[in-house]
Amino acid sequence: MKTMAELEKLKEEARKNINMRYNKNATRIQVGMGTCGIAAGARRVLNKFLEEIKEYDLKKIMVTQVGCMGECAFEPLVEVLEESGTHTIYCRVTERMVEDIIEEHIIGGKPIEKYILSVAKR
Amino acid sequence: MLERIHILICGGANCAGGGSKELWREFNDQLEKRNLVDEAKTVMTGCFGLCASGPIVVVFPKEVFYEHVGVADVKDIIEEHILGGRVVERLLLKEKVDKSKLKIYSQLKFYAKQKRIALRNCGSINPLDIKEYIARNGYKALGKVLTEMTPQEVIATMKASGLRGRGGGGFPTGLKWEFAAKSVDTIKYVICNADEGDPGAFMDRAVLEGDPHSVLEAMAICGYAIGAHQGYIYVRAEYPVAVERLQLAIDQARELELLGDNIFNSGFSFDIDLRLGAGAFVCGEETALIASIEGERGMPRNKPPFPAARGLWGHPTNVNNVETFANVPVIFLKGADWFRSVGTEKSPGTKVFALGGKIQNTGLVEVPMGTTLREVIYDIGGGIPNKRKIKAVQTGGPSGGCITEASLDTPIDFDNLTALGSMMGSGGMIIMDEDNCMVDVARFYLDFTVDESCGKCTPCREGTKRMLDILNRICEGEGNAEDLDVLERLAIMIKDSSLCGLGQTAPNPVLSTLKHFRAEYEAHVFDKVCPAGVCSKLTNFVVTDLCIGCTKCARNCPVGAIQGKVKDKHFIDLDICIRCGACKSICPVNAIVSKPMEKGGEVSV
Amino acid sequence: MSLKIQITEEKLAQLYGTMEANKKKPGPLMPTLHAAQKIFGCIPLPIQKIIAKELNESIAKINGVVTFYGNFSIEPKGKNIISVCLGTACYVRGSQGILDAFADELKIKPGETTADGLFTLEATRCIGACGLAPVFTINETIQGNSTVQTAKEAIRQIRHQS
Repeated sequence: MKTMAELEKLKEEARKNINMRYNKNATRIQVGMGTCGIAAGARRVLNKFLEEIKEYDLKKIMVTQVGCMGECAFEPLVEVLEESGTHTIYCRVTERMVEDIIEEHIIGGKPIEKYILSVAKR
Repeated sequence: MLERIHILICGGANCAGGGSKELWREFNDQLEKRNLVDEAKTVMTGCFGLCASGPIVVVFPKEVFYEHVGVADVKDIIEEHILGGRVVERLLLKEKVDKSKLKIYSQLKFYAKQKRIALRNCGSINPLDIKEYIARNGYKALGKVLTEMTPQEVIATMKASGLRGRGGGGFPTGLKWEFAAKSVDTIKYVICNADEGDPGAFMDRAVLEGDPHSVLEAMAICGYAIGAHQGYIYVRAEYPVAVERLQLAIDQARELELLGDNIFNSGFSFDIDLRLGAGAFVCGEETALIASIEGERGMPRNKPPFPAARGLWGHPTNVNNVETFANVPVIFLKGADWFRSVGTEKSPGTKVFALGGKIQNTGLVEVPMGTTLREVIYDIGGGIPNKRKIKAVQTGGPSGGCITEASLDTPIDFDNLTALGSMMGSGGMIIMDEDNCMVDVARFYLDFTVDESCGKCTPCREGTKRMLDILNRICEGEGNAEDLDVLERLAIMIKDSSLCGLGQTAPNPVLSTLKHFRAEYEAHVFDKVCPAGVCSKLTNFVVTDLCIGCTKCARNCPVGAIQGKVKDKHFIDLDICIRCGACKSICPVNAIVSKPMEKGGEVSV
Repeated sequence: MSLKIQITEEKLAQLYGTMEANKKKPGPLMPTLHAAQKIFGCIPLPIQKIIAKELNESIAKINGVVTFYGNFSIEPKGKNIISVCLGTACYVRGSQGILDAFADELKIKPGETTADGLFTLEATRCIGACGLAPVFTINETIQGNSTVQTAKEAIRQIRHQS
C-alpha cells in the first residue's frame, strides 16, 4: 500500500462486494464463530448452510464467518442480512433449523419468528 | 414532569435509515408549535424488532403502534391522536403485536444500551478477510497518521483523547506512548499484551478473533509514534483460534504492504510477530511478559526502570492491552473530541465487560463509561435467573473485589470501582447470587493466586499460601476466632510488600468479602455453618415452612435423601444427603436453607 | 504410570528443523519449547538437553523455564486430555462438581494420568467460553453447559470407542 488513494480504491471495491446495496437480491449470512460459537456448534451450522445452498443451487448468497457477536448465552448465532437492509438474528441455531431458515426465509422470504432471538429453553 | 403522552420513535439502525431522526425533529417542531411540549414527550428508543415495518412510532399511554411513518404523517398523528384522541387508522401496524415479538424487543435491549467502539467490527466482518476490514475504513487511520501527521501530533491526539489502559491499571495511554517516544534508542518495541489470564474475561479474545486487523493497525500507529519498527503480540496459547486468525491477518497485511517496509511511501517500516504464552497468569504483568518473550521464566522485574525506558532486550518498549489498541484507530478516524464525548470526564470512551456467572444473558457487552452496574446487570444482562436475588458482583478478577447490591447504582469508571474496594481490571464481571458462598469465592481466588504466584518475592509466595491455609480451614469448619484478624493482617502486609501487581492485589478478594460479608465468615467460624450451602462440611440443608410441596427437590436429589408428599412440606435426611446443593438451586420458592444443627441434635464440628 | 515416550529420528529431525528456523529470530527459546511440546507431547530431560546444547543455554535454565510454565510438561500425558475449566464464571456455575465427577469416574486426581494411559485429567483456567459455563474440553473439543451426567457420558463414550 503506497497511497491513500490506493487504499480508498480497495475500500470501494471491497464495499461493493460486501454491501448488499450494490448487489440486487443478494443475501449475506453471517455465522458467529468465536471460540464460544464454535464450541456451541457454529461450524456444523456453517457447513450445513453451505451444503443447503449447494443443494438448492442458490445464487447470490454469501455465507461468511464473523467473530464473537457478544450474545454468548444464545450461541450459535446466525445473522441474515438482506438487500433491504433487514438484519435478522437467529439464535441457538441447529442444523435442523438451518434447513428451515433456508426454505422459509432465504427462499420463501419470510423470517421465522420463533427462531429470532427468543429465549429458547434447551 | 407531567408529560401525559410519550411518543417513542424507533432509533434502531433500520428505522434510522428510514428517517427516524427527521421524524423526531418534526415531532418536536410540531409539538413546540402547538405548545404541547409540557404535555407530550418524544423519545428515541432502541430497536423494536419490527424492522420490516419501520420507521415505527409508538404512542403511550395506550401503546398504539404506527408503522411506516413518514415526516408528512407527523401532523396527522399530532392533530388526530394527540389532540383529537382518535387513532390514525391508516398508519396502524397491520400485524398484531404478539407476545413473542415483545420478547424480541426486550431481548434487543441487550444491544440498545451498548455502544460499540472496541467491538465495532466484532460479529459483523469476516476476520479472515482483510478486505472486509478495509471496507469498514480499516487502515485508513494508519494511512492518515503516516501521510498527514508527525509522531508528536499522534501522541498529542492520544493524550487529548484521554484513553486509559483497558488492561486494568487505567494508566493514560498517550502518556505511556510519550514516555517511550522520549527514550533515546535506535531500537524500540511495541508489544500487545494479549495474555488475557483473568478467569472470566474474554473480551480480548473476542477482538483478536473477530477483528484482528484493528490491533495490527493500532500497533503500527503506536510504532510510528514512538519510533519502533518491530511489534510483538504476546497471546495465550489457550486461544488457538485467535492465534490462527492473528497469523493470517499478519500475512494478509504483509501482502498488501500494510506491514513491512516503507508503508504508504512514508519511509516508515513496521512488522509484527506472534509470541505464545504458556499458561502463566503472571505473564500478564508487563515486565514478566517481557521476560517471557526473552525466553526467561516469566517473573516480574523491579520498576523502575519502566519498560518505556528499558524493556524488551533492554530497549524502550511500549506495552498496551488488546482492548486499548482496538480503540486507537477509531480515535484517529473520528477525532479525540469525539472520543471524549463518550463516557465520563475522567474515563472517556467505553469499556467491554464479560458478563458471566448467575446472569440471564451471559456475553460481551460494551457500554460507555459512567453506565451504572444496575443498567449493565438488569437492562443488558437481563437480571438473575431462577428468581434468585443478587448477592455480589465481582469485578477485576483475582485482583479485584466484590461489590454489593447497595452499590449497584454507582456509575462505572476506573476511579469509582477502586473507591468501592474493587477495580476495573480487564473487565470480567461475575454475578453471584444467594447460592454462592462468599468465603468459598475468596478461597477460590486465593487458590488461583497461590497457583499462579511466580515465587520470586516472599510476601506473595508464602503469604498467600498462609492465607489460603486459613481459608481452607474455615471452609472445613475448623476456623477459630483469631483467623479473621490474622487474615486481615496478612492481607495488608502482602499488599504493602509484594513486588508486582499480582501480589499487591491478591488479597483484594479476601479483604472485600471480609468487609462486605463478614457475617458470612462469622457463620463459618462461630456457628459452623455455610449459609449458602456450598462448603460441604458446614452444610445442613433444612426445608423451611416456605415449602409448597412441589416435589422438585425430591425428584432431583441424586441420592434420594428427600422425602415428602405432593403439597406437603418435605424433609431432608441429612445422613443420606451428600450436600451437593441440587435441591437448593432447583427449589422454586427458596425454601431450602443451610442452618446450624438444632440443639440436641448432633453437631458435627 | 510410566508411559514411555517415543523419541524417533523423524521427530528429532522435526525439532532440529524448528530450532534452525527459530535461531534466526530473537528470543528463540519459547517458540522452540512450544514446538517440542507439540512434537513429543512433553519435554523430558533428554529433549531439554538437546535444546540446551543447540541454543547454547545451560540445562538448568531450560529446565527452569520448562517447569515454570503450566503448558509445558515433563511427563507424557494420556491419549485423551480432559480439562475442566475452573475459571470464575465456570466455578460459580459449579465446575468444581464436574471436576470431582471426572476424578471419581477415572479414579485419579487432577494432574494425573490413568494407568492405562487413556486419560489425563487437568483443571484449567478460563478458556474464554464463559457464555457456555460450566465447560470442559476433551482434547481440542469444548463441551459447554456441562453437567455431571454429560461428563460421565463423555468418558463412557471414549472407553467404548477404544
